[in-house]
Amino acid sequence: MDLSYGPRYLALREEVRDFIKQYGDQSPRTGGGRKRPDKRALDWQRLLLQRGYFARTIPKEYGGFGLPLDVMELAIIADEFSTAGVSAGIMNQGISMLVPTLLEVGSREQCAKWIGPTIRGEVIWCQGYSEPGSGSDLAAVKTHAYVDDGRFVINGQKIWTSSAHFADMMFLLCRTDADKGKHGGLSYLLIPMSAEGIEVRPLITMTGRAEFNETFLTNVRVPIDQTVMQRGDGWHVANVTSKYERLLLGDPNKLAHRLARVIELMRRTSLIGVPTIEIPEYRDRLLKLQGEVLASKFHGLRLLSEQSRDEESGVRRLIVKLNGTMIAYRLSSLAVDVLGAAGLSYEPKGEALEDDEATTWQIDNMYDIGLIIGGGSSNIQKNIIGERGLGLPREPTANTKSAQKV
Amino acid sequence: MEFGLSNEQQLLESSLRRFLEGELSIERLRKVAGIGTGFDAALWEGLVGQGIVGFLVPEHFGGTGLALLDAAVVAESLGYHVTPLPFLASVVMAPLTLMSFGSEAQQAEWLPKIASGEVKMSMAFVDGAGQTGCNSAWLKGNMLSGHLTGVLDAGAASHVLVLLTDGRAALVDAHDTGVTVDVHASIDRTRPISSYAFSGAKAIILDAAADAHEAATRVIDAGRLVLAADTLGAAQFMFDRALDYSKERVQFDRAIGSFQAVKHTIADLATMLEPCRALVWYAAYAQDALPEEARIMALHAKAHVSEVGREVARLTTELHGGMGFTDLLGLHYWFKRIAFDRQILGAPEYCRREAAKVQGWLVA
Repeated sequence: MDLSYGPRYLALREEVRDFIKQYGDQSPRTGGGRKRPDKRALDWQRLLLQRGYFARTIPKEYGGFGLPLDVMELAIIADEFSTAGVSAGIMNQGISMLVPTLLEVGSREQCAKWIGPTIRGEVIWCQGYSEPGSGSDLAAVKTHAYVDDGRFVINGQKIWTSSAHFADMMFLLCRTDADKGKHGGLSYLLIPMSAEGIEVRPLITMTGRAEFNETFLTNVRVPIDQTVMQRGDGWHVANVTSKYERLLLGDPNKLAHRLARVIELMRRTSLIGVPTIEIPEYRDRLLKLQGEVLASKFHGLRLLSEQSRDEESGVRRLIVKLNGTMIAYRLSSLAVDVLGAAGLSYEPKGEALEDDEATTWQIDNMYDIGLIIGGGSSNIQKNIIGERGLGLPREPTANTKSAQKV
Repeated sequence: MEFGLSNEQQLLESSLRRFLEGELSIERLRKVAGIGTGFDAALWEGLVGQGIVGFLVPEHFGGTGLALLDAAVVAESLGYHVTPLPFLASVVMAPLTLMSFGSEAQQAEWLPKIASGEVKMSMAFVDGAGQTGCNSAWLKGNMLSGHLTGVLDAGAASHVLVLLTDGRAALVDAHDTGVTVDVHASIDRTRPISSYAFSGAKAIILDAAADAHEAATRVIDAGRLVLAADTLGAAQFMFDRALDYSKERVQFDRAIGSFQAVKHTIADLATMLEPCRALVWYAAYAQDALPEEARIMALHAKAHVSEVGREVARLTTELHGGMGFTDLLGLHYWFKRIAFDRQILGAPEYCRREAAKVQGWLVA
């Protein structure tokens, strides 16, 4: 174990601090992916890319900063931005899921074409995975494509497509060969949302807002070279993406930031005239969660270290999503509880609701339920942890002998 | 940056695991548990041979001068094998106490004896360690009197170290005529919990600590950290056995691990347990290298791992069905080890309360 900062790291920390001091007030208020980044967010993003505080390890030819992976550097940068409460850049599915997928399995041309605009926040992606009939059983997708005149012609329906209403592109999983089995007949395509035949319908969720959409595809035509890897490799590519999605959905840095917000909230809110942080019942809940957040945080550091040594993390990586989304939900639940009756006010007023702290916590709390379900629900995560991570036998499928007996 | 164990630490761990696996069969464990002193002379000699007894003692006093992260690695292995040895008090807390409270001459006299395994020390605290009993002890000149409960590792101790409230520590020969030791069987038969009555026992007074309160806190926090690591090891053992069992045990023509109820329980346990290891490592490292974080981390490690440990102990016992409840399998030794660790040096609620104080969320 060596968490010491050598002179090089100390210098980087100073440099980041100076940067934030000088430019921090230009930071956008949120870096979240729930709406299209505005000019302020795009300008900020450009500045971060120039300084190498974003996309630090992405090759220069693809618009990144081109430095070798150094987990300590990344940790210092993330730490300084989150401590200062300043946006560390745009976070969305294109940046966190598609870009690492392309870097891992995409062609040089695909990387050159898409990574730059995506990390600059200019191209927004949505994920075309789930369908009404295939959520947990992703390999059961029915959206299909056939080849006509050098193009794929796609037909089908996707659901839970977050950001589809403002996205430029979609990474889509569809069936391109009916006779190659459930997993073998899938392909992973990159399609423009402006293509003819795409219709997006908003899906109102329990938060009262339309974070997700249904997307209908009717005779959508895309060139064959928009396939990531080869026709038939879709299942493999989708799994690469899911790996990054799981990490995104359990991000320990976000948990630490949220914990800090709850602590701050509990200093300010009071019950019968006593700050809630001084009320033992609430305080003990907060402390329990602090212990959990710390454990997750160091677990994340351990994973980063393993990653930098090219070690397999196995089950340790698989638990991150399940663990992180549950802790996030319990943190927002505590926030909602300490808000008491005052926290019940829930009146979405368009963009203005971001300013209402109580409403924000309520929305976060409900949205957290969505995150527990999205990207593979908790029950499915437990199957993945049990089967892929710990080698437990699979649940028998309907056609196995023992299931027939029952 | 390197977040993880060094090659040396991995070697230390694997050689200790090999040693314990070879030595400590369930039959041997039962035998030691039957005696109830929490001590097995041959195992102790083995630990001395492995260089572990003196590993926190500086090299110039005959030890190996290792750090608390090494102690955490060892403690996890000892917990994994429910090892009946006076590790917590004699190997960890006593040398740290001597190093902060003892004069150079006292250190030169006692630390080499600890390192060689010649003396075995128990530890007692008048307060500050989350005691639930009524403890008191006082010095008149160099004569110690009083009554102390919740004493650690007294079963085979040759000496006792008492942390007093006045910022001093007293070192007493456990066989002094002024000392009465009452070794009770605890729920954890591998470690007794004892009480001492002192009536004018001859004490060597250790009063060289620069900041006695801080030094005492450090000793107790180091103990908490070691208990967290011990719980982690014991819980990991129970988890490993439950995982194996769920792959082997067949009901309704299927391995029970294929049932989602079982699979999901196991996944939940892995999800709780695995991050505990990083927390324990970091908390141990903080004791060694990050003084400003050391206290809060030790408190959180103790509290959090205790809570997880209890869940793991219960659910892995349940996963074994009726067999989990029997003495035949012996799982209960691990269950009780985890329960013991939880209550000693402050149960989770107490540790969290202390953590609130450290952060100024609670006026002391």
